[in-house]
Amino acid sequence: MVRAQDTDDLFDAAVIGGGVIGCAIARRLTLEGWRTVLIEKAADILDGASKGNSAILHTGFDAPEGSVEQACIVEGYAEYRAIHERLNLPLDEAGALVIAWTDAEAASLPALIAQARTNGVTDVSPPLTPAQVLALEPNLNPSLRSAFRVPRESLIDPWSAPLAYILQAVENGAVLLRGTEVTGGAFDGSEWRLETTSGVVRARVAINCAGNWGDVVDERLFGARDFTLRPRKGQFVVYDKPASRLARHILLPVPNKITKGVVVCRTVFGNLLVGPTAEDQDDREAATLVPETLEALKRRGAEILPALAREEVTAIYAGLRPATEFKDYRIKAHEGRNAVTVGGIRSTGLSSALGTAAHVWRLCAGLLDRAALPDPLWPRVPNLAEALPRGWQAPDNGGILCHCERVTRAEVEAALSGPVPAGSLAGLKRRTRVTMGRCQGNWCAATLAQVTRGRLPCPMAEAVE
Amino acid sequence: MSAPRVAIVGGGPAGLSAAIALRRTGIGPVIVIDRDPAPGGIPRHCGHYPFGWREFRRLYRGPDYARRLVAEARAAGVTILSATTVTAIHAGPVLELSSHDGLSSLLPERVLLATGCRETPRAPRAVGGTKPAGIATTGTLQTMVYGSGLRPFRAPVILGTELVAFSALITATHAGIRPVAMVEPGPRATARFPAALFPSLHGIPLLTGTSVEAVEGHDKVEAVILRDRNGTRRLVCDGLLVTGRFRPDAVLLRDSGIEADPATGGPVVDAWGRTSLDGVFAAGNLLRPAETAGWCWDEGRRVAGAIAASLAGGLPAPPPRLTLADPVLGWAMPQRPSAAGTEPRLHLRLSRPARGQVVATGGAGDRVGFAVDSRPERRIVLEAATLPAGPVTLTFREDPA
Repeated sequence: MVRAQDTDDLFDAAVIGGGVIGCAIARRLTLEGWRTVLIEKAADILDGASKGNSAILHTGFDAPEGSVEQACIVEGYAEYRAIHERLNLPLDEAGALVIAWTDAEAASLPALIAQARTNGVTDVSPPLTPAQVLALEPNLNPSLRSAFRVPRESLIDPWSAPLAYILQAVENGAVLLRGTEVTGGAFDGSEWRLETTSGVVRARVAINCAGNWGDVVDERLFGARDFTLRPRKGQFVVYDKPASRLARHILLPVPNKITKGVVVCRTVFGNLLVGPTAEDQDDREAATLVPETLEALKRRGAEILPALAREEVTAIYAGLRPATEFKDYRIKAHEGRNAVTVGGIRSTGLSSALGTAAHVWRLCAGLLDRAALPDPLWPRVPNLAEALPRGWQAPDNGGILCHCERVTRAEVEAALSGPVPAGSLAGLKRRTRVTMGRCQGNWCAATLAQVTRGRLPCPMAEAVE
Repeated sequence: MSAPRVAIVGGGPAGLSAAIALRRTGIGPVIVIDRDPAPGGIPRHCGHYPFGWREFRRLYRGPDYARRLVAEARAAGVTILSATTVTAIHAGPVLELSSHDGLSSLLPERVLLATGCRETPRAPRAVGGTKPAGIATTGTLQTMVYGSGLRPFRAPVILGTELVAFSALITATHAGIRPVAMVEPGPRATARFPAALFPSLHGIPLLTGTSVEAVEGHDKVEAVILRDRNGTRRLVCDGLLVTGRFRPDAVLLRDSGIEADPATGGPVVDAWGRTSLDGVFAAGNLLRPAETAGWCWDEGRRVAGAIAASLAGGLPAPPPRLTLADPVLGWAMPQRPSAAGTEPRLHLRLSRPARGQVVATGGAGDRVGFAVDSRPERRIVLEAATLPAGPVTLTFREDPA
């Protein structure tokens, strides 16, 4: 691993924040020929807002018309579809149903359908009758009033995608600095000197995509902020794999002004999730789980899919979306300062990341004269989606280490090595699914503690004296 | 791989005992498939007494007991395939396996599922807060301590007071772990005397009527928030040991379309251990939440008799399904009882402490009553021969308080 003090280099760009947005921007800039460094505060990428989301690739059908968010989602969606096979990333075109549960919601469907068409998502269905909806999803509560179908809403792997983005950046020359916090910085008219916890990083262009810390990093770099973050917590309940047979589509409610609402959908890992909640909070780090709220989510899930009441919960998690006082993304080029702030990516970052990266690239392309890489490397990330070939099905896999998720020892070893090895246990989980299943790591923890010994900064266990 | 006559999924006490019994009646080849690197099941990781009295008339620590079972199985000519996972069962029966070498399949004449059970981890329990390292079940603690010489914490809070929690306490003591408290949401410890005396003997407070509301800590557990009738308080600790609430490890059934019983969490079986899939039997803790190793060993022996009879073409049609018609009746198995079966008893558990009469009504409306004064953790065993004939419905007539 390269440390900042070892690199006397002047980078073309320093990307601050290793969430899905930072990873996508680092990839885009690298492919455009910029020498890029990605600086992440945590021990591994995806440790903040990007660690917990609904794992959906949205079409942007319901995004605000004419917004930056909407444009980025449409562009991001298209690029994901174009590149996912080369990076070995899954795409499960599940389709979504936007379901009206009341007459008032049913009355609002035509406007949502019109908005979808305006947003370029022209293949949405007209309003469907309850019988038509139940023919598509027989396990839905028959009390539904109406719904429309968005065929290209899709399921993806929320962690392998950004990992693939940063991996492609690193394999094509980018530098990843983890465990490094940007504490300040100054622009002298030609370059940025970023003060970090691992020394000074020099770069011609600075890009702030610090997620839930975006306003704080803006203050550190520019002495001012254009927005204030108020993280919006989303809690989720994940059901065990047998529950995934209950719904093929992504089941969306009619959105309100604050949130897309509680979604019920499969995951590419073969589970079924219910969430998120939308709870504003001041804490930027801790997304705590609240039993009463999780119970309410379970009840809501069972109202939508009555058979869910008999299914077992595998996992619970909570994420923090970087919400601001503004509805749209806050993407801003700082004139004369060779910097861009990419803030307030409040809930659609996974869908928009590649589009956001392209948008940011266009904002700063004129700052430097570089030629795009003529023949970049295209690394393939290990597949974790259930529907596609997995490690346990192949020979020489080292045997299954985590049984609930069928993660092999070879997969764990691979995730602990390579150009972007897991930097934490959480990072190892996101790379392999190890411990993410129904026993929550209780079966494999002892083996995993041995395998990871000395290879993760925070050991899972200590030796008994 | 050549087709074995019987393939047994799970090399714990139930699976090994069935394998030994089958071999001793001359049936073979018998293969036991276990996903662990070594066979023996959960006792392998329970480094304490008392195991083996029912089986061998002497007392062993868990690992020694497991070694003896495995040695007897090998001596009887059982083939044991470790580090191999059964990933699917299809009609046939056909087993799909995954191991270091990748995928393979097996076409045995009969399959015995003996995959055991596991404790309920944190996620399905109403414990809020953060998700730091240092949250483990008894099973995790025991595999770490006895399997790897590791400990995940030094001063945890223990949640639950089933018998297994006291097994966890023994393991903790063995590894120099000093629990700061044992917490039980109910009004008293679940396990009976003398186990419930154990914490106080070790100076560990037993807090009844108390639940763990939340976990605090980012990388590692730093404290738990406890709630009792006086409100909440913060207790500093470095781990949470989540014990008990066993569930059958039954996902293989779900994936294979074998009929499951939501009440037990295991498969629906008849008095011969037959599941709804032709040629597939089940035994041991897969059938319901945890019983002792000795109990599972006995079930393995019994089901071996049924499998042997089935191979000889000698099993009758499955008896009718029992119906539980009162929520006080938590679960009953076999779900298709018969006095003629290799398991001629009916095992019953209550869902809450209650005293009264279990009333069995037969197909012709004839009734038999059984006096019961029990709690959910206690076995109730009825002889199937005493049940009325025909499809039986069980109801409950509770005594006035």
